[in-house]
Amino acid sequence: MAADVRAGTRSAREVLDEYFDAITDREPEVHAFNVVLSEEAREAAAAVDAAVARGDDPGPLAGVPIALKDNMCTRGIPTTCSSRILDGWRPPYDATVVQRLRAAGAIVVGKTNLDEFAMGSSTENSAFGPTRNPHDLSRVPGGSSGGSAAAVAAGFAPLALGSDTGGSIRQPAALCGVVGVKPTYGVVSRYGLVAFASSLDQIGPFATTVEDAALLLEVIGGHDPLDSTSIARPAPDLLSGLGDGVSGLRVGIVDEMTEIEGIEPGVRDAVRAAGAGLEAAGAKVDTVSVPSATYGISAYYLIAPAEASSNLARYDGVRYGLRVDADDVAHMNAATRESGFGPEVKRRIMLGTYALSAGYYDAYYGQAQRVRTLILRDFERVYEQFDALLAATSPTVAFELGAKTADPLAMYLCDVCTVPANLSGHPAMSVPFGTGEAGLPVGVQVLAPTLGEPTMFRVAGAIEAAGGRTPR
Amino acid sequence: MRSLAAVIQTMTAYETVIGLEVHCELATASKMFCGCPNEFGTEPNTNVCPVCLGLPGSLPVLNARAVEYALRVAEALHLEVPDRSVFSRKNYFYPDMPKNYQTSQYDEPITVNGWLDIDGVRVGITRAHLEEDTGKSQHIGVGGRIHDADFSLVDYNRAGVPLLEIVSEPDIRSAEQAKRYVEELRATLLAVGVSDVKMEEGSLRIDANVSVRSPGSDALGTRTEIKNLNSLRSLLRAIDYEADRQWTRTQAGEKVVQETRHWDEEGGRTISGRSKEEAHDYRYFPEPDLVPVEPTGQMREHVRESMPELPGARRARYVEQWGIAAEDARILVDVPGLAEYAEHAVAALAGDGGSAKDVVNWVRQDVLAYLNETGLAPAVLAPEMLAELVGLVAGGTISRQQAKDVLAESLREDKWPRSIVESRGISQVSDEGAIAEVIDRVLATNPGVADEYRAGDDGARKKKWGFLMGQVMRELKGKGNAQVINRILEQRLAGG
Repeated sequence: MAADVRAGTRSAREVLDEYFDAITDREPEVHAFNVVLSEEAREAAAAVDAAVARGDDPGPLAGVPIALKDNMCTRGIPTTCSSRILDGWRPPYDATVVQRLRAAGAIVVGKTNLDEFAMGSSTENSAFGPTRNPHDLSRVPGGSSGGSAAAVAAGFAPLALGSDTGGSIRQPAALCGVVGVKPTYGVVSRYGLVAFASSLDQIGPFATTVEDAALLLEVIGGHDPLDSTSIARPAPDLLSGLGDGVSGLRVGIVDEMTEIEGIEPGVRDAVRAAGAGLEAAGAKVDTVSVPSATYGISAYYLIAPAEASSNLARYDGVRYGLRVDADDVAHMNAATRESGFGPEVKRRIMLGTYALSAGYYDAYYGQAQRVRTLILRDFERVYEQFDALLAATSPTVAFELGAKTADPLAMYLCDVCTVPANLSGHPAMSVPFGTGEAGLPVGVQVLAPTLGEPTMFRVAGAIEAAGGRTPR
Repeated sequence: MRSLAAVIQTMTAYETVIGLEVHCELATASKMFCGCPNEFGTEPNTNVCPVCLGLPGSLPVLNARAVEYALRVAEALHLEVPDRSVFSRKNYFYPDMPKNYQTSQYDEPITVNGWLDIDGVRVGITRAHLEEDTGKSQHIGVGGRIHDADFSLVDYNRAGVPLLEIVSEPDIRSAEQAKRYVEELRATLLAVGVSDVKMEEGSLRIDANVSVRSPGSDALGTRTEIKNLNSLRSLLRAIDYEADRQWTRTQAGEKVVQETRHWDEEGGRTISGRSKEEAHDYRYFPEPDLVPVEPTGQMREHVRESMPELPGARRARYVEQWGIAAEDARILVDVPGLAEYAEHAVAALAGDGGSAKDVVNWVRQDVLAYLNETGLAPAVLAPEMLAELVGLVAGGTISRQQAKDVLAESLREDKWPRSIVESRGISQVSDEGAIAEVIDRVLATNPGVADEYRAGDDGARKKKWGFLMGQVMRELKGKGNAQVINRILEQRLAGG
């Protein structure tokens, strides 16, 4: 598509109109977007077409529509995090990823729905109502980047960006039958991503194919001096090695992230089948145990809320967003936060505040950090024997709306296979592979060591080629 | 007002134990975690950006210069620099703090374990750590405090300005010693070039931890923390008040409550701050948006090589080289720019005389008085002009009394002393021949006075001497060099 636009055989405007037709057609029932930026997108497309006409280089993503999760700052355009607390706030700056997308010629078509402040696994925790799964409107798209996953699955945009703190890109990608990537922590700048849990948050691509996801990651990745945790290296080179195949690669299927209680047989079978597919393509596939991975979810639900409790303290009604007036500052802060945050956000702020409290720090936050170190070491050891790992992304296919809203713990367990990679900082991605229960899409998770993205994409490409592409 | 006896009574009855936390704003060009200018006195909310306003999505990037400045202070205060230090978040809600947490250092500060000598007493320094400053609130309403304000305005220009918090051990034993500690620390920070140390602009702010105990006791009493003392005068008064208050309570059998207190300058008393119910749990945890600071050997070497002479060494040098009093050396070093001014003036002394000691006398009296009066910095004065003045006095061209007037005009009008002397026609008569002639004439017109002088007792001699001196001066229109007149008159009267 970008190639056609760059060559001038299709105009960016034509491409955009096609996607807008899809949006007009299905967005009312899917509700992927918090805002569709029709005018801004048309202006940007016109600018790309003008650049092509002038003979200028319009960039590697020339004219490609992209949807942004609504927790990435866009200059002058409301950035809500699907929360009432940011009511009326328009960032005075673009996130680094947004700047890089614009520079690459991509066209931002809208900001997508999410669980409030990215806290959730179903996009039901949005102040603006849930997003629905394009494959079955009675089901959730996963979360928290459910709007971005649904937008790509519904054909509203070929690409989208999400953020992944505990699985928030990979799990909705799996449930919506698209590719979703959480890069190595530090590969993509977090500057301009509204923080949920700073040490875990990472921006990454959604796409319909592994190749498109690789192209997008090459554009948004690479060192950013504005993010101190950004790795001082250029964006990974992914496309050049994508076709190299997996012959000779050692791939391990992680027992603790596949053979788990409550996993649907369809999902487990898909992981096994993907392994068989890789073996057929020349990889050496074996099973492997990472015992500490089972503690990931407990550690994650202490570390993430702890950081969130601090990151979300700034929403106090003093400088921007919602303000609920009261007699004095302290009561104004409290009334604003009471009214502005939804129940899940409040729950996590309370959890995190407690975990950091004097007298409890060591038992909770301190212990969770020790578990995190243990998980990192265990995975590093495993990567001495394997080039990449396979696992389930989500234990289940997309579930019905409302099925887990009354039981936060059941919802938290959606992340059981995805949080280990956030805790260790390693890259991981979900690739669609066949269908499971009720004919719904299943995603298989590919994991790799630090900066192992080139290998991870090769393995994902081989799984994609092995078949099982989800029917639309 | 307490009686002197009562003061002496309390002074001897207890020992005060003081530890100080000095917050020093570092004079970096930009703020701690963003590129905004670090300036005092600019239009409110103009030196701000998404980072120092804590806007959603913004991230901090550590200013390398702030780290370098901390390392300079470490060198000067004999602090150890651990291989690695970590920033932490200190969480609490306050409207002038944009993120509702302060990025500070907690259990792994950039420097630990140093000391500063003051007048032969060694004060231990527990740590000096980096942190960001907050914004400034202005509460509009009757009390000027947040609780009774009608509304409040916040200026975030100061938010994110780098601070070095220097925490002393409880080694200080009196308010006066606390003042000396701050003076010495201030001189040191100024010398190593990390801060303008202007207390009146808030570049140095002090929290004092104060407790009292019976003399000879090793146990520490319950301490209170007096927050935000922003002048040496407040520091002195607040510590004295607080120590006395605590001792009075203890003597009355009451307990001292461990709490934060504020200094009420007008009322001359400390007031209880937060109540216990509001006691803060700061929930410190490592700042995930920053990476650990690991100063390299190269950085430390670079700092070591560029260290200037420290105040103690400088004072010792002046005392030795210039033969001046220790107290004079202290004043030169403590007043920003004054020592440099004096050094330049000494270097500019011409061959016709005047000593470094003369220069220092003028500097610490007349020049300093002029600077205090005008609020000017020594750097705006021309030290060569003072050197010329000292030469004029040493050479006998003008008297010390005349020189005072000339210096005042020279400073005020920025004029060379010699040109002032010439235009006023006030150069004194030092020519011995001319003076001898006048003396002889006076003695001739007043026959008998010389004999009466010689015959008289001390009282009579003094009178006659004064009379003759007056006559000679009148003849010379007041411009006679008194030293020369004295000498010749003595010769004449001794002869006879």
